[in-house]
Amino acid sequence: MHAPAASPPALLQPPLNRLLDNRGVLGLLFMLPAGLLLVLFLTYPLGLGVWLGFTDAQVGRPGQWIGVENYAYAVTDSVFRLSVWNTFLYTLIASVIKFGLGLWLALLLDEHIPFKAVVRAVVLLPFIVPTVLSAIAFWWIYDAQFSIISWTLSRLGLIDAYIDFLGDPVLARGSVIAANVWRGLPFIAICLLAGLQTIPPSLYEAAAIDGAGPWQKFWHVTLPMLSPIIAVVMTFSVLFTFTDFQLIWVLTRGGPINATHLMATLSFQRAIPGGALGEGAAIATAMIPFLLAAILFSYFGLQRRRWQQGTKD
Amino acid sequence: MKEQDLGAGMNYLVSLPRRVVTVYVPLLVFLFVLLFPFYWMAITAIKPNAELLSTGGNPFWVIHPTLEHFEKLLLRTAYPSWMWNTMLIALISTFASLAASVFAAYAIERLRFRGSRHVGMAIFLAYLVPPSILFIPLATIVFQLGIFDSKWALILTYPTFLIPFSTWLLMGYFRSIPFELEECALIDGASRWQILVRIVLPLAVPGLISAGIFAFTLSWNEFLYALTFISSSEHKTVPVGVITELVEGDVYHWGALMAGALLGSLPVAILYSFFVEYYVAGMTGAVKE
Repeated sequence: MHAPAASPPALLQPPLNRLLDNRGVLGLLFMLPAGLLLVLFLTYPLGLGVWLGFTDAQVGRPGQWIGVENYAYAVTDSVFRLSVWNTFLYTLIASVIKFGLGLWLALLLDEHIPFKAVVRAVVLLPFIVPTVLSAIAFWWIYDAQFSIISWTLSRLGLIDAYIDFLGDPVLARGSVIAANVWRGLPFIAICLLAGLQTIPPSLYEAAAIDGAGPWQKFWHVTLPMLSPIIAVVMTFSVLFTFTDFQLIWVLTRGGPINATHLMATLSFQRAIPGGALGEGAAIATAMIPFLLAAILFSYFGLQRRRWQQGTKD
Repeated sequence: MKEQDLGAGMNYLVSLPRRVVTVYVPLLVFLFVLLFPFYWMAITAIKPNAELLSTGGNPFWVIHPTLEHFEKLLLRTAYPSWMWNTMLIALISTFASLAASVFAAYAIERLRFRGSRHVGMAIFLAYLVPPSILFIPLATIVFQLGIFDSKWALILTYPTFLIPFSTWLLMGYFRSIPFELEECALIDGASRWQILVRIVLPLAVPGLISAGIFAFTLSWNEFLYALTFISSSEHKTVPVGVITELVEGDVYHWGALMAGALLGSLPVAILYSFFVEYYVAGMTGAVKE
């Protein structure tokens, strides 16, 4: 296996070329640029981050090993506990809504509609523009004094006073979730649409011949055929939502009264403006177990699926 | 009509009024909600301050459109240099990542060196590592390397999320190129390098475009690293500059903010509009593989 399989006679080649035709050597050489960058700026920081979580490092001062003190403090810190709760709430609610609406939108886009290509392209716009910049638009939409939503509702006679979208804890949570759904929905819809288009029409025809209605077709054909891609897409979506930073930072900076602080925003606030690198790193590291759980969950879910379908791909 | 009916499968069984209610109305609502923030951005950007802050009148429309916000943004802030920084950083990190990814993907997928499967798996896992858990240690590394508050801090760190993504995507593309082509070239005496440059790369051009477009928008949109590693105004990128410099105390210059958001979104939107299919292929490809 390791000998160069079909190279010209070795005698005719200089040694360097022979060496370069060896898979191992060439493989190593080809992996070098990507490997170096990833080890230096991804693997090493990942380990360094875990280590920093066990130190009292400050900005501009290397830390001393203090064991689990950061974690012990975090457990008693009501702000940290609130941020964990917020992160779960935010991820769960946003992901469920994104999945439901995303699947619906995907099914709608799969219909035979005029200007299909244009509509599909336009739908993805919220996902491609910089999150921070669209978040600024939402900031303005949610403005306490000049909100367009408040204006419309008050003109319709539904409310008396303008709504303080980002000033009230419950409303602020709802508002950031709405903005997150707006941004993430197109990604899910377009990915699921790609999955829908791979389902052979003959399955629907067979189901129709067997007398299945639209709901039965959806439940017994569409959903089972779509489930592998649903698992992958939702894993990505959950990971991105769980570690979200930009949207919250622009809209609320974690406020009001920490009601929208996620683990990522709290970690940033403690580490960079606050200067407590060790504590921030500990909060960031605390996200890793949850991320691993999400990845493993979908990985094993997929395995089971493949085993059921009997494909080895 | 005939063709449409064929394309629509069994849709001819569904009456038009029913389709209006089940398909067109929900779709229009979706489109309205997804596009309204852009309209709102644009209309705010060209509204004079007097109209912005008046409670009377119809806020959905503008009576005296003005370019004063754009003028302020382009002439009296560092916005043009943020734009230039973002462009430069996004271009360099995209091209560097693409080059590194081509080699890595080819090695993993086609050289099949020992342990290549594990390396492939590791690349996928690297793709799942979010910036939120890397930015603190990366900040200390960037500081130690002496590149804090310079473009290099971002050019060197952006590949951490670009390389795993593009390598994963290109691996899928390389897999679809028949082995026989390479075998023929090997028999004809081509070296691995010649095979890569003359056979595999030309066939993988759509994949390269997909990965490139996607990588460019990812680096254009990046916020957390840029916010953490850059502190002086002249090195900032557009997302960071707009949020940190255009907000002065409690006075929000909504017009200028929206103009900044609009202009900052334009380059990726234009790029996207030219390469929609490639972008979608890149996005769904990375998820499906």
